[in-house]
Amino acid sequence: MSGPSQTPVIELHAVTKVYGKGGAAMQALRGIDLRIESGEFVAVMGPSGSGKSTCLNILGCLDTPSSGTYRFQGVEVGALTSEQRARLRRYYLGFVFQGYNLLNRTSALENVELPLIYRGLSIAKRQALAQQALQAVGLKGWEQHTPGELSGGQQQRVAIARAIVSEPAVLFADEPTGNLDTSHSHEIMELISELNRTRGLTIVMVTHELEMAAYAHRVVNFLDGRVHTDQQNKVAV
Amino acid sequence: MWWNVFMLALRSIRRNVLRSFLTVLGIIIGVMAVITMVSLGQGATLQVTQQIASLGSNMLMIRSGQRGGPGQTAVAPPLTLAIAEAIGRDIPAIAAVAPSSSAAIKAVFANANWSTVVSGVDQRYFVVRNWPLSAGRVFNEGELRAGKAVCLIGNTLRDKLFGAQDPLGSKLRLKKLSCEVIGLLQAKGQTAFGSDQDDLVLMPLRTFQRRIAGNRDIGLIQVSVQDGVATDKVEQDIKRLLRERRHILPGEEDDFRVMDMKEITSMLTGTTQVLTGLLGAVAAVSLLVGGIGIMNIMLVSVTERTREIGIRLAIGAFERDVLMQFLVEAVVLSSLGGVLGIALALAASAGLASLLRVPFVFNIGIVILAFLFSAAVGVIFGYFPARKAARLDPIEALRHE
Repeated sequence: MSGPSQTPVIELHAVTKVYGKGGAAMQALRGIDLRIESGEFVAVMGPSGSGKSTCLNILGCLDTPSSGTYRFQGVEVGALTSEQRARLRRYYLGFVFQGYNLLNRTSALENVELPLIYRGLSIAKRQALAQQALQAVGLKGWEQHTPGELSGGQQQRVAIARAIVSEPAVLFADEPTGNLDTSHSHEIMELISELNRTRGLTIVMVTHELEMAAYAHRVVNFLDGRVHTDQQNKVAV
Repeated sequence: MWWNVFMLALRSIRRNVLRSFLTVLGIIIGVMAVITMVSLGQGATLQVTQQIASLGSNMLMIRSGQRGGPGQTAVAPPLTLAIAEAIGRDIPAIAAVAPSSSAAIKAVFANANWSTVVSGVDQRYFVVRNWPLSAGRVFNEGELRAGKAVCLIGNTLRDKLFGAQDPLGSKLRLKKLSCEVIGLLQAKGQTAFGSDQDDLVLMPLRTFQRRIAGNRDIGLIQVSVQDGVATDKVEQDIKRLLRERRHILPGEEDDFRVMDMKEITSMLTGTTQVLTGLLGAVAAVSLLVGGIGIMNIMLVSVTERTREIGIRLAIGAFERDVLMQFLVEAVVLSSLGGVLGIALALAASAGLASLLRVPFVFNIGIVILAFLFSAAVGVIFGYFPARKAARLDPIEALRHE
């Protein structure tokens, strides 16, 4: 998946999203056009209510657009069944959330193994891959600790390990540093940048902190359900 | 994949041991009740069959009068020895005919007394009833013909009058007759009707007629039919013979009764089987209640684990993966309850069987059925919560706190 290719990884065209019906209808997205090439590191910014999270959910195949088209690696997502979208998430997408979203009372290793269970891998293979992923995020030796025994930064590392263990094409991160203090935030951002640099992993990250957006190559600004600005990040380039 | 789902279910059950146990308690009690009721019922049925078999198989009993009970035979003429001989002579396929006559009399020995049933019989009685002695001897030809004052006693009477003493050779007083005990009958236990078969005195028929009853009536003719012969046919023949001998005109009712032990057997076992079925059905209701308990807890569990479901869906679980996870959990729970219930039921029915003096019947069929039923309860009552979990919107589920 590394290097630019003919078809962009992500291509949105005139995507809208409406919640509710009739008079109470709320238009979250009012026509989004967006192309993201393989290997890009994109930060999505904007005030709350600007539609950035809605957009990320659609990109992550957790939600479907009300109108418009979304092509993932050239495939029209709107035409897929919910099971086909689940398959897309299973094999091509990785998620990191603001609240980590790890399973409680479950060891770091088992948390990271989770996506591989749904891929039907053997226990030995799962454990080997999960250990590699934990090592990649700098958590070697913490395999048997449960989320309750880990710091916020460490929990987010476990979440990142879980997202990359299945070697996805795109990593979606929704405010990955929202719950962390500054020094831990930078550690996480370093880790994400490194994954982008060394593995060529495409990254789409929602954040409202400029400081974190600065790690990205490209910053897309949302306002009132539309793309307000879309520019290459001069600091990073 | 199945192994993973199973392990996942076990882990989640282990996480909440107390709650899981309380959840399956309903199933445990339900399965236990069903199996215990059915095996006790089957034990009772078996007991009835055995007791009736102990009366003698292939047996017909002839009494005078239409209805049973004391005083009812007065209207109809009594049976006679001649009729008994005619049955034995004229009707084919009969193994033995045993005429007898009885009365309730107080038996006295030394300073002990006991109200018992005294029957006058001849040697054919022992053939028909298939009743061996535990000590002594039966009447000989001379004693029967001469109507000697000798008797055989049942086990209960021996306990009441003689205690640990050897009764053989002792003189038993019945009304004004003093009669010598020459034999002891083997214990037979209770009949299916609840009367004690061992509470009796047997004496030669002639002795009974002359010295106790003071008449030549026969109260009961017992007929044993040859093996492999249908009792219905013999019963018809006997009825025809009796109507003829007792000059009953066509169209008139019989003034006697012929009872078939097989009919009585099937009537009584039918009753216990119906009761077994009823008790089992009542117990099955508690299984249903147990199932609702499982559904309730699974619904709580789905709500509690909404975020977990969201995570699983987000990282690529299919709806059916989540469905299977919760369904398997419900089935594992209810099957666990089934297994525990079966273990407890076997212990309980063995214990109760010995307490109620009913034979313990182990029925593998009902055990398997109860287990399958409990698993089915898991599927049925687990399906709704599992579907609820699988249909959750992943975004909503992820936001759930």
